[in-house]
Amino acid sequence: MEDLLDRLSGDRIIEAVKQSGVRTVLTVPDRMTEAGLLKPITADPEFRQIRVCKEDEALGISAALSYSGQRALLLFQYTGLLDSLNAVRAIAAEYSMPICMMVGLHGKEPGVLPAESKHYAIRIIEPILDTMGIARHLIETDADIPKICPAIVSAYENSKPVALLIGRSPVAP
Amino acid sequence: MMKRDEMLKALAGKITGDPIVVAAYSTAFDWIAIRPSPLNYISSGAMGMTSSHALGFALAWPDRKIILLDGDGSLLMNLGSLVTIAEAAPKNLVHCVAENGVYEANGSHAIPGRNKVSFAGMAHNAGYRSTHEFSDLAAFDQQIGDVLDGEGPVFVTLKCERGETYPKDYGLMHGPKIREEFARAVKDF
Repeated sequence: MEDLLDRLSGDRIIEAVKQSGVRTVLTVPDRMTEAGLLKPITADPEFRQIRVCKEDEALGISAALSYSGQRALLLFQYTGLLDSLNAVRAIAAEYSMPICMMVGLHGKEPGVLPAESKHYAIRIIEPILDTMGIARHLIETDADIPKICPAIVSAYENSKPVALLIGRSPVAP
Repeated sequence: MMKRDEMLKALAGKITGDPIVVAAYSTAFDWIAIRPSPLNYISSGAMGMTSSHALGFALAWPDRKIILLDGDGSLLMNLGSLVTIAEAAPKNLVHCVAENGVYEANGSHAIPGRNKVSFAGMAHNAGYRSTHEFSDLAAFDQQIGDVLDGEGPVFVTLKCERGETYPKDYGLMHGPKIREEFARAVKDF
């Protein structure tokens, strides 16, 4: 039990992502998730990785892919989310497309709720998503990983966006 | 300098098969009037996102031609997509930019770099397989068929100015109906 509550396993997250049917991952590197998620995803032949120059590109690509039934995950840092808010507003929220964002909360203190972080940039993320009506889940420890697959599946089944907020650095496989 | 509607009519006359055409703003409104099709996708949502949608479609259906009718102002808002597209290297994507030098939908104010920036040059240096530039309608009409048949990613600058204008229905562009029709049209691809 202790293991579930004080660590976040990259390989378990990746397994949950695969279980959801995602085979394309659109990425911009994030210092918080690069070792535990991005590096193994890049090396995993089951994934098609698309490196984008700027995070909002990933929303357009993912939306277009969804028309073919292909499921995608966006993997970037919260700064990329903030930089992409107009695309999130239009494509994810107003068009109600199944955009699944895995967002590293780089700088958040492990075990501390985002709302209680000492960092302004971290504290504002959940309220912004709430204001935009975007479902969110905090993935802080291994105990939260079971939320991932249902959240992605639900996003595609209901054509709604979802944000999976990574609350601490995932441990590399 | 080509009139945009005349250029688009010439393009429509050279299209074979059933490509998906992804178009931005003023060009999109012209295009859906000139060549209506449920495979026209004009709902990119946020300015600049047209090229990213086109890449997604190209990756989704690699055996189907994807024609992107981008705007110069739109592309300037997503210049990185040139590099992303070049790296993904979809063979089925033709990326056209209607270069009129202005933000036509927003009062026709000049774009940065008007008459200086080379969009085809940037696409070439980003790594597109081939790039082309047209400002003369007769040359465009003569060559665009072969350009469309080329292996992508292909980039085409279309130097043009506003011609005959068509209704601009932003409610249609951003409303669900046109996306639902598109979704039905591609359901069995």
